[in-house]
Amino acid sequence: MQKILKQSNQSKNIKFRIYQVVKSYQLYILLIPALIWLALFCYYPMYGLVIAFKDFKIRRGILNSPWANPIFKFFEQFFSTSIAKTVIVNTLLLSAYQLLFTFWVPIVFALLLNQIKRPMLKKTIQTVSYAPYFLSNVVLVSVISVLFSANGIINNIIVENGGTVKLFTSQAQYFRPMYIGSTIYQTMGFNAIIYIAALTNISPEYYEAAMIDGASKLKRILYIDIPLIMPTVILMFILSLGNIMTIGYEKAYLMQSPANTTVSEIISTHVYKVGLQSAQYSYATAVGLFNSVVNFIILFLANLLSKKTADISIF
Amino acid sequence: MKKRNFLLKHSYERRTTSDMVFDAINHIFLIIVCLLIFYPLYYVLIASLTDPTVVNTGKLLFYPENLYLEGYKRALEYPSLTNGYVNTIQYTLMSVVVSLFTTIPAAYALSRKDLPGRKTIMFLFTFTMFFSGGIIPMFLTIKSLNIYNTSWALVLPAAVSVYNLIVCRSFFESALPIEILEASKIDGCSDFAFFFRIALPLSSTIIAVMALFYATSMWNTFFNALMFLQDDNKMPLQVVLRNLVLSNQLSAGSSGAEIAERRKIIDQLKYVIITVAALPLIAIYPFLQRFFVAGVTIGAVKG
Repeated sequence: MQKILKQSNQSKNIKFRIYQVVKSYQLYILLIPALIWLALFCYYPMYGLVIAFKDFKIRRGILNSPWANPIFKFFEQFFSTSIAKTVIVNTLLLSAYQLLFTFWVPIVFALLLNQIKRPMLKKTIQTVSYAPYFLSNVVLVSVISVLFSANGIINNIIVENGGTVKLFTSQAQYFRPMYIGSTIYQTMGFNAIIYIAALTNISPEYYEAAMIDGASKLKRILYIDIPLIMPTVILMFILSLGNIMTIGYEKAYLMQSPANTTVSEIISTHVYKVGLQSAQYSYATAVGLFNSVVNFIILFLANLLSKKTADISIF
Repeated sequence: MKKRNFLLKHSYERRTTSDMVFDAINHIFLIIVCLLIFYPLYYVLIASLTDPTVVNTGKLLFYPENLYLEGYKRALEYPSLTNGYVNTIQYTLMSVVVSLFTTIPAAYALSRKDLPGRKTIMFLFTFTMFFSGGIIPMFLTIKSLNIYNTSWALVLPAAVSVYNLIVCRSFFESALPIEILEASKIDGCSDFAFFFRIALPLSSTIIAVMALFYATSMWNTFFNALMFLQDDNKMPLQVVLRNLVLSNQLSAGSSGAEIAERRKIIDQLKYVIITVAALPLIAIYPFLQRFFVAGVTIGAVKG
């Protein structure tokens, strides 16, 4: 009896679900263009990742190309080269430095800007701070190349002050500082928006209470502002950890010079060069896949950690 | 609120010396930061208008000393530059239209809590933010769809940005209370009718935000063009800029000019080309900042 009841309940349930789906057909129609995009440009390329395990020949297509023998051939090939260590270390170091030196800058900027009470001034500073965000990487690197070139304004100032000409745009030792400095320049203002929004949402009652107790501005920043924007900070931190291996390859590629490839060659630029410039599709895909998987694991762990410790997570 | 702030300022806040020192340092510091951000861009603009011999002395420039417009005249003689400009404008317009057509309806559908399978579909989208096929499979996809070396190779892969989709969905969730939907359902309004006649007219802000985000990213697109386009005459501005400025493919012609004179023009051409490539976005963003600030903050609500 119970079983029959359960069954009829189930079939009712299924019928109800089907009814709901049919009823919402117009919503599905609205979704169609985006779903087609998702299938063609996200999941079909993910299927394309199988060529990392195949001896892919472009004429034979993905399906008809034979499996690699052994199956991890291209991964082994990558790890057996000396370039593997270089690009992995370069990628990790560049990402780690970038996270270390750029993550906190927008937060400090937002906290300081929040203390400026003149609306016009605040607005002006904020507007100027966004400007570099709208420069493309190509424009940014071009600006760097003319300002920091051997006869550019920066070197002229150095020489006038008794220094010697420094080859900022080509020597290896300057690549990381230039890369990270320009990232700060590009993103500080824009990334601060989210923290500024979080700061304006803080209820004035906190400040009132603190002021009655005689807390100075610095104290109010330390004990009210920072703790209250912490959830946003942690969330942004997880997201940037998730991007640690997908560091902007466009800029790295543009900033490369023959003399600095020892530090500027990262996984993604290597993938581009061997994959598209010398058409070793399977090998490059294997390297790219390695990159994505490591990246995903880091994100997953970061998320797990923050879920456990701060109860904040992105999925 | 105003009144409260007024009270706050005048009854509780005692401006101590340490606060005043803090304020002074903070103001000076932020103004310096502001100048550091602004000056390099201003310098490039001024250098594009100044006699290169003055620029090459390497002093700080505040206004165009010895106005010199030869660089702009020469820039017009580069067909690849004007061509790149036209291409970029074309790709940007196409991209905005295509992206709005795909993103806005999907975001609306996903904002509906009663959509069966909503969570699954949402997961399929968000997953791609953290894991993707990478550049080689993407390149092969473009090839196999037969859109390699056409404008669609730039426009279609960028048709949806999942981040933008989430921003847009959050907007619909907060801007369209469930009561409006329920009321119009009772009046026999279909989902299409609701979307086109109620949701869309209420969402001009988000449409502007999306258009701005998509337009900026297409205007600045570089790597996809490098990968998915082949013909020189199809290249967008960013690739042309890279070729001319970073790969040093500039030449000042060989019309009998002195070598020194040519050198001078090449130096200035770089500043000119950077200026014309960056100017449109830099000139319009201050007027649109309301929109992208709105976009970022809407996105933050439900990250």
